[in-house]
Amino acid sequence: MTRLSRKIALGTAAAALAVTGLAGAAWAQRDPAYEAARSSGQVGEKMDGYLGIVGAETAELKRLVNDINIKRRAVYAEKAQAANATLEEYSLTAGCIAISRTTPGEKYQAPDGSWKTRTAAAPERDARCP
Amino acid sequence: MTDWQLTLRHAPATSLSMNGTRRFQAAKGQGACRLLMLVAGMAMLAGCVSVNAPDGPIVIELNINIRSEVVYRLANDASETIEDNADIF
Repeated sequence: MTRLSRKIALGTAAAALAVTGLAGAAWAQRDPAYEAARSSGQVGEKMDGYLGIVGAETAELKRLVNDINIKRRAVYAEKAQAANATLEEYSLTAGCIAISRTTPGEKYQAPDGSWKTRTAAAPERDARCP
Repeated sequence: MTDWQLTLRHAPATSLSMNGTRRFQAAKGQGACRLLMLVAGMAMLAGCVSVNAPDGPIVIELNINIRSEVVYRLANDASETIEDNADIF
């Protein structure tokens, strides 16, 4: 291997690393608008594994929630099939976990269907939740 | 039925009163049988409808057909999925 080709190979590897690193960072973070809507309690985690609008519905909130729910549904469908479960079974399970992962101040749906604000205490969840 | 026909063939009923008596007698026997069947049928029916209504209101739960065993089985998988897709959760 010549010095030049070694340099090219190194450069390519570094570029690839940078790209995957960037993509990974973007993949792992919530959209700022979504994060803000969550922490302000405008959106909350529903029992069925999807996001819901808590207060007044605005076009912007609807778009944000629909966008995320469509993506969630696609993920649930794929994972449910892999796990030999139905979409509803998988999404309900994900809902259990998503509710338990809410942080204080965020909204979640209690088993009676009402919206609750998460406190430091454990959230009220469906009896079937693990 | 056969019995009745045999009797008839032996001595054809010419007078209406004879016919009437026979028919009445036959009906009497069938009636008792019918009554017995009716009573038996009602007894069976009574057995069928003895399900008691629940005391409290019936609560319709979301996805009632999903059992907790299934949720437990999927819990780890779903947890990983949420971690892997942190941008939408």
